[in-house]
Amino acid sequence: MTFPLKAQRIENPSVKPKNTLKPVASPSIAADPPVRTTFPFTAIVGQDELKLALLICAIDPAVGGVLAFGDRGTGKSTAVRALAALLPRMRAIADCAYNCDPAAPSGHCDACRKRASGLRVTLRSPPVVELPLGATEDRVVGALNLERALSHGEKSFEPGLLARANRGFLYIDEVNLLEDHLVDLLLDVAASGENLIEREGLSLRHPARFVLIGSGNPEEGDLRPQLLDRFGLAVEVATPTEIAMRVEVVLRRDAFERDPNAFAEVWRPEEQKLRRRIVAARGRLASIATPVAALERAARLCIALGTDGLRGELTLVRAARALASLEGYDAVNDAHLRRVAPLGLSHRLRRNPLDDVGSRARVARAIEETFV
Amino acid sequence: MTAHGGSASAWAHALGAAALFAVDPLMNGVALRAGPGPARDAWLAALRAFLPNQMQMRRAPSQIGDDRLLGGADLAASLRAGRPVAEQGLLAQCDGGVVVLAMAERLPPSAAAHFSRALDFGRIQAERDGMTLCHRARIGVIAFDEGQGEDETPPAALLDRLAFRIDLASIDHRALVRSAEPDIEVARARLPNVCADAAAIRALVATAAQLGVASLRAPLLALRVARAACALRGDCRVSEEDLGVAARYVLAPRATVLPQIDAEPQLREPPSENEDSGARQDADEAAQAPSQLEDVVLESAQAAIPPDLLAALNADRLRGARSEGSGKAGAGKLSARRGRPIGARSGSLRHGRLALLDTLRAAAPWQAIRRGDADSRESGVLVRPDDFRVRRFRDPRETTAIFVIDASGSAAMHRLAEAKGAVELLLCDCYARRDNVALVAFRGKSAEIVLPPTRSLACAKRRLRGLPGGGGTPLASGLETALSLAHGLRRKGQTPLVVLMSDGRANIGRSGAAGRLQALEDALQVGKQLRALGVAALAIDTSPPLLSAQSEAPTLRLAQAMNARYLKLPRADAETISHAVRAAAHEG
Repeated sequence: MTFPLKAQRIENPSVKPKNTLKPVASPSIAADPPVRTTFPFTAIVGQDELKLALLICAIDPAVGGVLAFGDRGTGKSTAVRALAALLPRMRAIADCAYNCDPAAPSGHCDACRKRASGLRVTLRSPPVVELPLGATEDRVVGALNLERALSHGEKSFEPGLLARANRGFLYIDEVNLLEDHLVDLLLDVAASGENLIEREGLSLRHPARFVLIGSGNPEEGDLRPQLLDRFGLAVEVATPTEIAMRVEVVLRRDAFERDPNAFAEVWRPEEQKLRRRIVAARGRLASIATPVAALERAARLCIALGTDGLRGELTLVRAARALASLEGYDAVNDAHLRRVAPLGLSHRLRRNPLDDVGSRARVARAIEETFV
Repeated sequence: MTAHGGSASAWAHALGAAALFAVDPLMNGVALRAGPGPARDAWLAALRAFLPNQMQMRRAPSQIGDDRLLGGADLAASLRAGRPVAEQGLLAQCDGGVVVLAMAERLPPSAAAHFSRALDFGRIQAERDGMTLCHRARIGVIAFDEGQGEDETPPAALLDRLAFRIDLASIDHRALVRSAEPDIEVARARLPNVCADAAAIRALVATAAQLGVASLRAPLLALRVARAACALRGDCRVSEEDLGVAARYVLAPRATVLPQIDAEPQLREPPSENEDSGARQDADEAAQAPSQLEDVVLESAQAAIPPDLLAALNADRLRGARSEGSGKAGAGKLSARRGRPIGARSGSLRHGRLALLDTLRAAAPWQAIRRGDADSRESGVLVRPDDFRVRRFRDPRETTAIFVIDASGSAAMHRLAEAKGAVELLLCDCYARRDNVALVAFRGKSAEIVLPPTRSLACAKRRLRGLPGGGGTPLASGLETALSLAHGLRRKGQTPLVVLMSDGRANIGRSGAAGRLQALEDALQVGKQLRALGVAALAIDTSPPLLSAQSEAPTLRLAQAMNARYLKLPRADAETISHAVRAAAHEG
């Protein structure tokens, strides 16, 4: 399952805060509330691991998503929402509810396939769709379009959140509080990259490839192991303990809350710089070499830790390549592997659920032993 | 000062919170720990007077459903219009106003998440009933916390976002006098011009760190309160005094450790320490809980217990009742009225609530055909009884395993470590079954809830690790605590399950007096009450093998009183057994 995200050298000079919550093809009934400027990604103090994990996924979506678990009030949601404002725009077929990629006809939805020629292409920001708690299943997978059915007596499909998230990000805050039946459904779709609908006499399928981003607080409940494994990278987010850092967090937050626009203006050059780096890294990604030595290292590390399956190894290599690309290298080296290993492996260790937070320490030890 | 004096100052403190909240009410809140009564009414009336006249103040029940909280389809209007018509939920309707949340301690976590989102972003977003709802919802929240005891508090996610925490419990009704009215309106107008310098922010952050407040929301909220205090004072620069007010209202109630006064002399003396006794007193209480010199903390040891013990116990309880499905988690049952929705099915309205959208969906494909029928000239949707769909719910019936652990001297001497190991194994079992767990430990003179019901196994494990042992065996108190916990869980619609681990050698009675006979008698008494409540129970005997072999083993008697399964903790290893046998042979 790969994401055909082509390199683009498009600079958007003005970063308009996008209302990512705005539906593409559903009846929006409420008047849209005024858009709130999001807190700039680059202005987030600390949280380096989380930021790194998010950037890696933005560069190579095939890494497979980020899970951010941590204390309350550490800015997990802030970081994820900030990512949305940072991402460069992508090419998509106009008026397609699934954001089909004109460059990859094999992944098209049925409607686009039928139209085959004469497709118009637009630039869209990649969707960052939030799955709100309490969302009903029909809104997630899609259902019969009621209005069409009522007024015209015809069956037509109304795409849901999964359709909207295609080629983008699906963000679940408080992922550990999500109802089990929704979790099962998401697992299924995330694994296949395709959403199958069999309900109300409708029978259809559409592409639904998205990067899952979850955040939550472990004190409120653990995550089911199956879902845990589905995330490519996992980070533990903690409140900074250094006073100076904490002060900086509060200072920036306070400045932002008092005048969001002015604050965003101050950080705009930084944001643009990072956006250019992401675009460049995406373009370079395909040409990043992965030496056999690095592959061996990754394999040795996974064997030492006893991770199940090949998923860990694949993620590790992918993430290391994305990191190498972000930092402007031509090839993956040990330093890259060392940095991404804790993110990619610590949640895959087969462990006693009661094992203390020791998985981090185990990964660190294995790294030390492998990279001597 | 007399008790009345203390009461008066507590009331002044509470009124102060109302005034400060009223200066800057939106996206902020007050947690008010108080039962219904004159104090709460008077406080609310005072707040009403402080808030602007046009600002609405609405009550919301804690059991409010998602459909009312977030909005959804409007049944009547949808049918009339022949297309889905949205109805605003309470959060959106209260935009720019204050929501008064009754019985916030009963608020389910998902509802708390919606409130949290409104408090964080000033808007709500939902995908419900076939429509996307996105509304402004800048609200203030007053959460009435009517919980009794420490385990009943509003959801932590909500509490973290409410700046003020006020306790009205100790306030005498004679103290309820209106003090001088502060000029809130002027303060509100001044608020945008109030500024706080970096030093002030640094002081708040440092104070929060010293009090062991981890969340960074706390200093941010404290900063808002300091600004409000400054505006109320009639100034435009946040002063030390304002910081003190903020620390007292926001940081002190969140304190987890006693501030170390001498620890870091290079830091500015945080304002909370020199002027307010409130912070210190709270922190004092927080810090007093653990630590007695003779305590021993034993690492858990390996123990062997039969697998699926809890599952068997659950089965005991369900025996006779048909259980549903494959039963991976705690038992659940289908219900027509409550629980989580699991779709709809056709049926009569007498048997459940109408699932509007599903009904309309069922009717929709037939409209063209029905309209073709001769005599129907009416506009709107033609719905026939066949189309009716009713909602179905699954009532999850969460199970909570209450572990009652004997951490007394006699147990510690023998096998507290082994008991810990056994609990850990059972905890694993709970994890697999998605049960909640709670830990009650008894030792010395009393019992305490070491861990209120939680799903976080990591938490349980940590508390268990740090559990000290030593002192007397107040078995009855331990069971009593478990009993009240079980009562509370029952009230919430959960299924409690008690696992007792003890050697049964009680020596402290219910009253706290020493005496073996009375102590055991008391314990048996409480055990019978547990039986009367119908709580499934398991008694694990941790006494040395030779003692528990006697038919009169106290734990066995207790198990009989509780109608509990009885289990001797299997011997740690073969060596112990052979040793014991040899010793017995020698005597004989």
